[in-house]
Amino acid sequence: MLTTGVAGLATGTVTKFDVDRIRLDFPILNQQVHGKPLVYLDNAATSQKPRAVLEALRRFYIADCANVHRAVHLLSERATTAYEGARKKIQKFLGAADEREIIFVRGTTEAINLVAHSFGKKFINAGDEIVITTMEHHSNIVPWQILCEDKKAVLKVAPINDAGELIVPELEKLLSPRTKLLSMPHVSNALGTINPVREIIAMAHSRNIPVLLDGAQSAPHMAVNVQELDCDFYAFSGHKLYGPTGIGVLYGKTALLEAMPPYQGGGDMISSVTFEKTIYNRLPYKFEAGTPAIANVIGLGAAVDYLEQVGMNQICAYEQDLLAYATDKFERLPGVRMIGTAREKASLISFVMEGVHPHDIGTVLDQEGIAVRAGHHCAQPVMDRFNVPATTRASFAFYNTRREVDALVEGIEKVREVFA
Amino acid sequence: MPDLRELYQELIVDHSKRPRNFGKLDGANQQAVGYNPLCGDKITVYLKMKDDVVEDVHFEGSGCAISTASASMMTEKFKGKTRQEAEELFEVFHHLVTGGAEKDSDTSGKLGKLAVFAGVSEFPVRVKCATLAWHTVRSAMRGEQALVSTE
Ligand SMILES: Cc1ncc(COP(=O)(O)O)c(C=O)c1O
Repeated sequence: MLTTGVAGLATGTVTKFDVDRIRLDFPILNQQVHGKPLVYLDNAATSQKPRAVLEALRRFYIADCANVHRAVHLLSERATTAYEGARKKIQKFLGAADEREIIFVRGTTEAINLVAHSFGKKFINAGDEIVITTMEHHSNIVPWQILCEDKKAVLKVAPINDAGELIVPELEKLLSPRTKLLSMPHVSNALGTINPVREIIAMAHSRNIPVLLDGAQSAPHMAVNVQELDCDFYAFSGHKLYGPTGIGVLYGKTALLEAMPPYQGGGDMISSVTFEKTIYNRLPYKFEAGTPAIANVIGLGAAVDYLEQVGMNQICAYEQDLLAYATDKFERLPGVRMIGTAREKASLISFVMEGVHPHDIGTVLDQEGIAVRAGHHCAQPVMDRFNVPATTRASFAFYNTRREVDALVEGIEKVREVFA
Repeated sequence: MPDLRELYQELIVDHSKRPRNFGKLDGANQQAVGYNPLCGDKITVYLKMKDDVVEDVHFEGSGCAISTASASMMTEKFKGKTRQEAEELFEVFHHLVTGGAEKDSDTSGKLGKLAVFAGVSEFPVRVKCATLAWHTVRSAMRGEQALVSTE
């Protein structure tokens, strides 16, 4: 049996996790919507920001705002120190070997596009194959489709079972000498499935196939160590990791990044420019053309500091406990079917309800103050696989409570009343 | 504060559960597909036009209660209407669900039962659900080929 090896997953009991205190760190949670206390369960779409992040953004704009890597004046020096300091924090957070392997991008989407463009330009040729899975977010499908069309390469899709788990032997069959990259989610945003990526990466590496992990939904929920996983690329979005919008990270192994051509051209990514010849800057700047999202990088650094203070393993264990509590309640709800029942799941529940469309569920729950996502979750192939047009998804963060799960269940009863 | 009962009126819930004129239409001579990428709702509208008159109209697809009921009640309303009358109804209905109706006392008279959709105006994100079938039928009527999208 493959296991995900996620530390917090095994821990059954949660001790000393003071969620009431945690909630005080997130000012947005303390409000009413439609006259009811806000129950925010759309964390997989974006998560809320702790004071520490808001304060870091404020401090930057009030005290340190200047461009980075450019000027000799004090403010620029402070901005550069804070910006590069955040890179070191993220290197540590991901367990990367070197801070030059941390490239700032807009988010997971841009990270994957960067790899598709740059790795694709250099390493993908006609007839080559790229392997993805059925449980992709559209951002790990479309960039590869564009690349494959451009290069006359072939996109292969590994299937999933009825529980929403990857069928690993089928994936293995797709790996061939023509496979140039395996790109897959660490955790599925539509199903919650945690994939056994360590084993899969080893399997791909034994065939010399590099692996990109879409970490958009794993970074916020578990301790991730890219060296232990041995993935070649890892992408995540800051806004799902309790940080600002507009910032994300691409981790890549040095040797690969060195071999890849730049993604965009401009300032910062060069070491010298003449009309005859331009010499590109060293890593990571080769991939960071133009003025970066300085404040957001610093804000993301603050988010990582905050999460480390709470403890990723504590977060994981708490969320697993909450998920077990919610799953138990959902299993007993008549007419409700969970989509995504993998043995190892991150803390979200995707479900359909007999006779009621997710969009209507979303509206009724909203009136109860409960924010969920209704739709295809940018994962239409998953919807097709389960033969549903859409699902309702409640995705939990470590500031959510059992009381909020209860509110969700009561909200679903309310839905039933409206459509009785 | 908007009221759920205003949105999910009995008539709407009824039509969403038992949509009328649902399924393919034999002898249809015009059709169009409408899509709401936000929620994945997709409907096909089939039209049987005779000269300038809607002789029959059906729809099929999957959608939320609002879009299904709106499509269902629209098909009932459109039968026997001229192209011109249908275009006018589109405008009046659109006006209703986007909240312009109060100023227009004519609205409920023209729309009849469809006036139950007035509650949608309190739920701006649901306007697209209510109008999906209407955009689609208009495009079918005009003989436009492209997939109709609410975005
Ligand atoms: C699994 C997964 N991959 C990629 C993305 C795209 O992230 P972003 O929109 O932040 O680029 C998301 C976010 O919805 C996601 O959940």
